[in-house]
Amino acid sequence: MRWSKTLNQKKQAARVLVSLAAACLMTWGVYRGEVPVVFGKAVNVCLECIGLG
Amino acid sequence: MSAWNVLDWGKLMRISQEIKRKIIQIAAFGYSNTYLQNFAGGQLYKGKWKQFCNPGMNCYSCPAARLSCPIGAMQAVSGSMNFSVSFYVTGFVLAAGVLFGRAVCGYICPFGLIQELLYKIPSPKKKLWKGFTYVKYALLAFFVLLFPVAVTNELGMGAPAYCEYICPVGTLEGGLPLLATHPELRRTIGALFSVKAFILVLTLAGCIVICRFFCKVMCPLGAIYGILNKISIYHMDVDKEKCISCGKCHAECPMDVDPVKAPNSAECIRCGKCTVCCPKEALALRFRFKDFG
Repeated sequence: MRWSKTLNQKKQAARVLVSLAAACLMTWGVYRGEVPVVFGKAVNVCLECIGLG
Repeated sequence: MSAWNVLDWGKLMRISQEIKRKIIQIAAFGYSNTYLQNFAGGQLYKGKWKQFCNPGMNCYSCPAARLSCPIGAMQAVSGSMNFSVSFYVTGFVLAAGVLFGRAVCGYICPFGLIQELLYKIPSPKKKLWKGFTYVKYALLAFFVLLFPVAVTNELGMGAPAYCEYICPVGTLEGGLPLLATHPELRRTIGALFSVKAFILVLTLAGCIVICRFFCKVMCPLGAIYGILNKISIYHMDVDKEKCISCGKCHAECPMDVDPVKAPNSAECIRCGKCTVCCPKEALALRFRFKDFG
């Protein structure tokens, strides 16, 4: 029971940590200009992406 | 005996849950692929939605695609001249994973729906050897994370290795429609496309015989969500006091998971079939920050 409680607490801590990390990473990625790179790749036919390049 | 008693409520519940899931899957598929008219001319949608990633697998070179593929976007950024890691896409995938886990595969992924439809084609059905489920982690590590950064040209740009050498989703949704509408592209077909077409045929055949073959063996996005399934806020709780170990949930699971032993297995796509078939209602899928017990 005690073991199960500790495991649950660890899971909850992991949820908080991963959520915070995800928010920070996304913000940092947007800030340093990754979005135009994604957009540029996605709106043009990527020949290598489909095995033609 | 009244008509109410004659009705098999268990069966009705199963159908109802499956219909709800299918409606969500079709809605997600439709939202991800809004621009069907683009198939005629073979153009891509170029609007602002392409800045955002789809939580599931849907090639951004598909003419109908509204959103970017997270695996393609991840490789595009890490293989670009200016960046070696994509914080934007990694953050997005982590956020989707910690919130939903592999429920993304079960409910939102467009290629997940395609696989389920393929599995409905009458044929002998087989179970997958569990060892093959680890292949997707190797594909994620080498083709998605390592190759675009490690193998670069003189400009420092890396190839999107998973898309280029493996991805059958890209071949099906992007490659074939574009080849069908662009005669000039057909002249560029070489050995690489033949290999990819072969992988596509194997994958489609696999999906007909084995339920969600691509999810189980080849999907790098499923590998990431699978790892996050252990801690995702949408998760499965088992009430061990109610469970009578009848094994119905294990027998019903399309992903060959035993939900009682491993309720948050990396393979569980949260389809909910086990929760519906449980005669004691011992299994529950829910959004809860705290676990049961």
